[in-house]
Amino acid sequence: MSSIGTGYDLSVTTFSPDGRVFQIEYAAKAVDNSGTVVGIKCKNGIVMGVEKLIASKMMLPGSNRRIHSVHRHSGMAVAGLAADGRQIVARAKAEATNYESVYGEPIPVKELAERVASYVHLCTLYWWLRPFGCGIILGGYDREGPQLYMVEPSGISYRYFGAAIGKGKQAAKTEIEKLKLSEMTCREGIIEIAKIIYKVHDEAKDKAFELEMSWICDESNRKHEKVPEELLEEAKAAAKAALEEMDAD
Amino acid sequence: MSVSLSDASIYRFLWVYPALQESVERMKPVGKHSLGASGEISDFQEILRYLDELILYDNMWDDGNSLGPKEVHNYLTRVMYNRRNKFNPLWNSLVLGGVKNGQKYLGMVSMIGVHFEDNHVATGFGNHLARPILRDEWHENLSFEDGVKLLEKCMRVLLYRDRSAVNKLQIAKITEEGVTISQPYALKTFWNFAAFQNPTVGAEGSWKVTITGDSLSLPPSPTMGDSSSTVIDYGNRLDI
Repeated sequence: MSSIGTGYDLSVTTFSPDGRVFQIEYAAKAVDNSGTVVGIKCKNGIVMGVEKLIASKMMLPGSNRRIHSVHRHSGMAVAGLAADGRQIVARAKAEATNYESVYGEPIPVKELAERVASYVHLCTLYWWLRPFGCGIILGGYDREGPQLYMVEPSGISYRYFGAAIGKGKQAAKTEIEKLKLSEMTCREGIIEIAKIIYKVHDEAKDKAFELEMSWICDESNRKHEKVPEELLEEAKAAAKAALEEMDAD
Repeated sequence: MSVSLSDASIYRFLWVYPALQESVERMKPVGKHSLGASGEISDFQEILRYLDELILYDNMWDDGNSLGPKEVHNYLTRVMYNRRNKFNPLWNSLVLGGVKNGQKYLGMVSMIGVHFEDNHVATGFGNHLARPILRDEWHENLSFEDGVKLLEKCMRVLLYRDRSAVNKLQIAKITEEGVTISQPYALKTFWNFAAFQNPTVGAEGSWKVTITGDSLSLPPSPTMGDSSSTVIDYGNRLDI
């Protein structure tokens, strides 16, 4: 999968002989180097969780937000280069408020995902722009119910039941596939996501991490917000307990 | 018109004019505060859009901080003043009330950008008719019920003296937790004054007016033939 595209990887406007654009693939590698981001669509909403690797002990807990609200009813979790992510979030917010001021209703999640994806794709078309080095998991709750989308640095966007990006994405995807998402409520989803993130966190390579989670569900009045403190603590405790059980085997 | 009360809450009244539809709402919750306006309704709706965006972005920060009433009042002042400077004013008088960290705030912005904060504010005729009453009777430790009575008193004066007023009004109660706006309700009024009994007695040839409804119903005036008499019935409107 990884190959050095000597000569064909200098610009995002160059194809290689076997039809690949290497710059975009390198951008995807930037995403793979960041902490895991997981999102699932439950029966009554969306839950997203981020494994925030703590770069320095000097950082205050709660800083370095990785999950952002895009509008009342939707939010996105960002993996990869944080500064690039900020740009995409700002653009998504602008798109959402613009849609609402023109059409009078909150932007449908599908529409928002398309707009974000085209914006990301835009930066892969010109040699004087570099692709965004971040992957986005976008969750929202509109008239069609809860929806989860993932946008990659290439500009591809698909709708998912469960998605994961970042370091532990392979392991996380395997875990998600084990879950019965169509019967799960968001409360249960929170515990499951916490368990997954704790599980895929690599103790050897990265020391400490902070878990950040958000949800959009009927319980939160279909608003995107951080998971309430008590639920978060409950989830963390359950995840740690599950880990210990596994280690005990 | 608004009054600030002792127990960290503010409430206000607002006329509701039912001419165009069931009721035109001139008072809306804006985040945890409440904004009322007199003047051009379309401009008020535009201001609500601005504020909606402001509050949305403020909420999306999600950093434990939020815009207080003082800040929103300042924002509104900037908007109104800058529009007036461009000779394109938003034709409203705005009243903003809110409570943050136990501090009550009641502010007003006019269409030319005049802004101030006080314990009681009013728009339009309220400034002339209601504020003198409020100046005399407002005090620091008003309870909610007393405040409602005080404002109802002022509103009644306005109702009697403003020819285009209607007796429907709404109360907004604003506390630290948020805003509750009551349903529109009607004030009881009294029109059985002697002078109203035979209003056209000195003017031969005018429309004959008979006032019915209220607690007493009056017989029509016997002066002339009844064919040209106009009956004003206050009965139904009092029971809205």
